[in-house]
Amino acid sequence: MSFDPPSLVLIVPAVAAAMLALMPSYRASAWINVAASLLTFLAAASLFVVERPEAGDYLHVDDLNIVFIVLNTFVGLTAAVFSASYIGHELQTGRVTPANLRFYHAMYQVMMFGMNLALVSNNIGLMWVAVELATLSTVLMVGLYRTHEALEAAWKYFILGSVGIALALFGTILIYMAAQPILGEGLPSMVSSKLIASAAELDPKMLNVAFVFLIVGYGTKVGLAPFHAWLPDAHAEGPTPISAVLSGLLLNVALYVVLRFKMLMAANETALAPGPLMVALGLLSLVFAAAMLYRRRDIKRLFAYSSIEHMGIIVFAFGMGGALANFAGLLHMVMHSLTKSAIFFAVGSIAQIKGTQRLADIRGLTQSHPLLGWGLVIAVLSIAGMPPSGVFMSEFLVVTTSFSRAPILALVLVFGLVLAFAALLLHLTGVAFGEPSGEDEPLHSTLVPLWLHLALIMLIGLHMPGPMVEWFRSVAALLG
Amino acid sequence: MPDLAFDIAHMLAGSLVLVSFMMIYQDRLSALLNTFALQALLLAAAVGWQAYIQGASHLYASAGIALVFKAIIVPWALHKMIQRLGIHREVETVVGVVPTMLAGMGLVALSILLMLQLTETAESALAREDLAFSLSVILLGMLMMVTRRNAVSQVVGFMSLENGLILATTGAQGMPFVVEISVAFSVLIAMIVIGVFLFRIRERFDSVDTEAIEHFRGEKRS
Repeated sequence: MSFDPPSLVLIVPAVAAAMLALMPSYRASAWINVAASLLTFLAAASLFVVERPEAGDYLHVDDLNIVFIVLNTFVGLTAAVFSASYIGHELQTGRVTPANLRFYHAMYQVMMFGMNLALVSNNIGLMWVAVELATLSTVLMVGLYRTHEALEAAWKYFILGSVGIALALFGTILIYMAAQPILGEGLPSMVSSKLIASAAELDPKMLNVAFVFLIVGYGTKVGLAPFHAWLPDAHAEGPTPISAVLSGLLLNVALYVVLRFKMLMAANETALAPGPLMVALGLLSLVFAAAMLYRRRDIKRLFAYSSIEHMGIIVFAFGMGGALANFAGLLHMVMHSLTKSAIFFAVGSIAQIKGTQRLADIRGLTQSHPLLGWGLVIAVLSIAGMPPSGVFMSEFLVVTTSFSRAPILALVLVFGLVLAFAALLLHLTGVAFGEPSGEDEPLHSTLVPLWLHLALIMLIGLHMPGPMVEWFRSVAALLG
Repeated sequence: MPDLAFDIAHMLAGSLVLVSFMMIYQDRLSALLNTFALQALLLAAAVGWQAYIQGASHLYASAGIALVFKAIIVPWALHKMIQRLGIHREVETVVGVVPTMLAGMGLVALSILLMLQLTETAESALAREDLAFSLSVILLGMLMMVTRRNAVSQVVGFMSLENGLILATTGAQGMPFVVEISVAFSVLIAMIVIGVFLFRIRERFDSVDTEAIEHFRGEKRS
């Protein structure tokens, strides 16, 4: 195997996972975790400058997956930095043991490996295996605390995730069966770039059924309603750096896979149009999750539902299709990843300070911990779609395009957005303002990742760099 | 003798569906595990036969995994476990046997109608029928997962679902990654079994009844 950047984003996490599994000291392993994530991010960033290798039967790099890879490795890096400062306190409070931590760090890199593999793979079979690997490693991390709730959450995630992944495999088999008469037996019929190139010749009926299986299967992993039941539990009970990574990255990886199959469907004119199905699921998730935001009592669960809501918006945008809606969907996905992981970094620090995740027990953060409290306020206002954040810009784009193309759907969309906005604000005022209450420990974890993400969101919201606009435009065109 | 080869493959795949029905009405956990072992055995035979008629030697590996891992090791481990937990006599079905069987028949009819119509243009009749049978096994496995409340029977339901998937992968001629997928699924199943073992669901929750663990929810804590 050659050491070009696409393989480096796989080799580094794989080697690091093996090293971390053998490393007894948790302090050293936390920093190795950071270093490995940094190296992976650098390898991913170098994809911009180096010449891209030819698309092979297994791996490929194109304009679309480069967005996902860079985002994935970047948030992977900041979450690793946060985790390094966060996890020490968890050890002190006795929630985890050193042996658990060794396992946790190794699994972190296994998960990064799985996600990167899913993103660079040019093969629908390999993609499936990679998504399964990423799922399994996150299941193990969700159950890390070994409490009733954590085990129940891990079990639920595991069973629902497995059924989803089983359905996705059946869909994958159907795609292969459709392609086999055209592309021949064996490997070529599973290479996604070849599938898309010859999509017009594939049997449309077969593709239709396959797509339904695929969207239900991978849609479970995206967290689309009504297949979302695992998501709030998994977010609430696992370690917070993992909640950040789940929301910010794993959902995106599943979304990426759905997009690849959407491109395949769109390339065959006689097959079912994938758009309406995605639009319906997206809107359902948005409105459902927005309504669910009101009665949350657990802060991590609250933001987990907000992730379902935003995945709904993104899937809706991609379902609409067309250059502008795709651009908006892509931008919103990037913004959501950055903002939501920032929120989870803040929430992790808060839960450590207050010793609880109950919303009712957290009060007046802006007074007791100004830097953290205001960071949370800015992040939550951003995710709710206030200007000048990048989320505002992308939501604005989604709304305007849908008004010009499907005004009735746009009304539903705006209704969902307003509903979610009010719910988030309602909870935010309680948490951030008023008299501080409850335990008041000093801050244990670093705020650097939180503010770094916020700075990026604002930067993109105020002035999106020209090359980035060009780049996203070309990706949007690619998505069709 | 292409016809005989076809008939045997047909019979093996069909009997997988039959055994799926048998699993639906088992009301003892140990009997359920034995029935599952029988299904895994049939799967191994079906995959092995496909390997022989397709001349695809890598499928023998899949058949071997099904035989050793799913027909012997997993049922044995689960038997041990339910004995230790003292639940080898009980099974609680949420829905009665008759409605479940009727629903199962409906699902099989659905999958045959869907798949045969879908694959009208496919050249090999074998692939068509295999796909119909495997979708039936998958749907019956899902049916079992939703009608049972016991964690062990849900796991059995999932494994039976997965048997259907392996049948589908071997039926799709020349599909790459079949062995890898078998291995991936074996890892998955091993994890479930180890998970149930290690987490000692019994000890933690006093029951492997998933209904009992479901009330641990963030929302319901006051």
